[in-house]
Amino acid sequence: MKITEKEVRYVAALANLELSDPEVARLQADLDGILEHMDRLNEIDTTGVEPMAQVLFDSGGGGMLRDDIPVPPLGNEAALANAPDSGAGYFKVPQVIER
Amino acid sequence: MQIESLTIASVKAGLLARHFSATELAAEALRFAEAGNPKTNAYLLLNPERALANARRVDERIARGEDPGALAGVPLAVKDVIVTKGVRTTCGSHLLEHYIPPYDATAITRIEAAGGVILGKTNCDEFAMGSSNENSAFGPVRNPVALDRVPGGSSGGSAAAVAQRTAVVALGSDTGGSIRQPASFCGVVGVTPTYGRVSRYGLTAFASSLDHIGPFARTVRDAATVLGIIAGRDPCDATSAEAPVPDYTALLDGNVKGLKLGLPREYLKDLTSETGDLILRGVDALKRLGCEVREISLPATDYAIACYYIIATAEASSNLARYDGVRYTFRSANSVTLADMYRRTRGDGFGAECKRRIMLGTYVLSAGYYDAYYLKAQKVRALIARDFSNAFQEVDAIVAPVSPFPAFKLGEKVDDPVAMYLSDIYTITGSLAGIPCMSVPCGATRDGLPVGMQILTRHFDETTMFRLADAFEHTQSN
Repeated sequence: MKITEKEVRYVAALANLELSDPEVARLQADLDGILEHMDRLNEIDTTGVEPMAQVLFDSGGGGMLRDDIPVPPLGNEAALANAPDSGAGYFKVPQVIER
Repeated sequence: MQIESLTIASVKAGLLARHFSATELAAEALRFAEAGNPKTNAYLLLNPERALANARRVDERIARGEDPGALAGVPLAVKDVIVTKGVRTTCGSHLLEHYIPPYDATAITRIEAAGGVILGKTNCDEFAMGSSNENSAFGPVRNPVALDRVPGGSSGGSAAAVAQRTAVVALGSDTGGSIRQPASFCGVVGVTPTYGRVSRYGLTAFASSLDHIGPFARTVRDAATVLGIIAGRDPCDATSAEAPVPDYTALLDGNVKGLKLGLPREYLKDLTSETGDLILRGVDALKRLGCEVREISLPATDYAIACYYIIATAEASSNLARYDGVRYTFRSANSVTLADMYRRTRGDGFGAECKRRIMLGTYVLSAGYYDAYYLKAQKVRALIARDFSNAFQEVDAIVAPVSPFPAFKLGEKVDDPVAMYLSDIYTITGSLAGIPCMSVPCGATRDGLPVGMQILTRHFDETTMFRLADAFEHTQSN
């Protein structure tokens, strides 16, 4: 067993994912099979190998960042247009702090 | 006007000769796409308003005697993970069922500036996660070649639209094979350019160190034309490359004599026999064109699936964190606290495959597992990239299968995630290395199922890839 039900519930909490009991059972089985396959990485020697975090290529000398010049932003209205709930120019969410 | 047989060049010739107007073509293409869609479910949305507005602009340019652009009047389809201003973009997810993007992706802006006519948005696996298009919240796509089979994934709708001939070309996205594999399954050309070649501004992020935008087309030449338009540095994407973009189509001269090709021995052992035969027959055709073929070895291949599904899911778990019920349309009702709202929105909104990948990605990044999984996978990724750079010391291009088998039946692999992941073996290696790779049709099985041959080249050497694919394509049409 690579992953227990308790671990599945712990990871779901880290990921802010509500799962039903059948989903937990299914994910435990699925992740177990996948992680078992992942174990084969232990067979390959990576001593002295630098981790590859990004595909690297010659940036052509110009650097990858554009000049730091302000441009007009999207604007408040457009940014809020897809919000499920908004008001007074803000995103609205359920209560955060108990009074 | 025969919609089914149009190419970019024939559209332009027809427009300039006044055989048809761009507006007439767009209207006809929209009718044709709408009529064909119940069969395949390739399109999630057709947008006549925008398509006809694009077409009118092309007609006006022609009337004024101006150059109407390299994609003038060409009816095309766009995978629904690429945002279109004011046009619903769902990413194949219930979470974004009503999402209207406030801006256009750079690829869209460039396509439209070149005169392209975007007919609509195509179906795909939810957030581009899948190899069969069965993970779309809006129903699977059916393969136009065999309707009981999958079109491949995740860009299944774009591949199907081109194969069904409702679009001349299409845009897709590729993270581990999501352009090449559906291209192979549907019998069309599909291109994953070098990482950084095409701006990802406006491509909904799945795994940022692996995501690409690329074209589908019926011919290599058309795919090369589209890539030439969308490629190049974009200030809105810091990962887009400065490397100059050659005029790909001008370099397609059919002469590939003397090119050195590598055939990786690790890629030939697990093929179904029919796929293997077709690939080897393709290799023979390349030999007859004067290419030198030698066997090469890419020894880290066996570790690629594990490496990819750690890195891709880790990045996905982070990228998908933004869908929390605050900004993007969908929120589960009746949550009392903010934390409940996050959890329920994500639990109700995401489909099974997205949940599986979020869970796996969160697990491999969690305390105690990070080094064993994520860091290890990044080192293995470096070895896979090294395999390719070693091989390219010896050869100019690598020829390989795209998928171990042709299109499978709907439902056949849906309950076995490991089997589904393993089918990505030949495409994810190129993705991990960030090199250009494409699928070009190389025949069909006895049942008529298309098989694609993959061509991979050095970073930013799309030119050699296209030249080889174009020359090969001409051997196939006889």
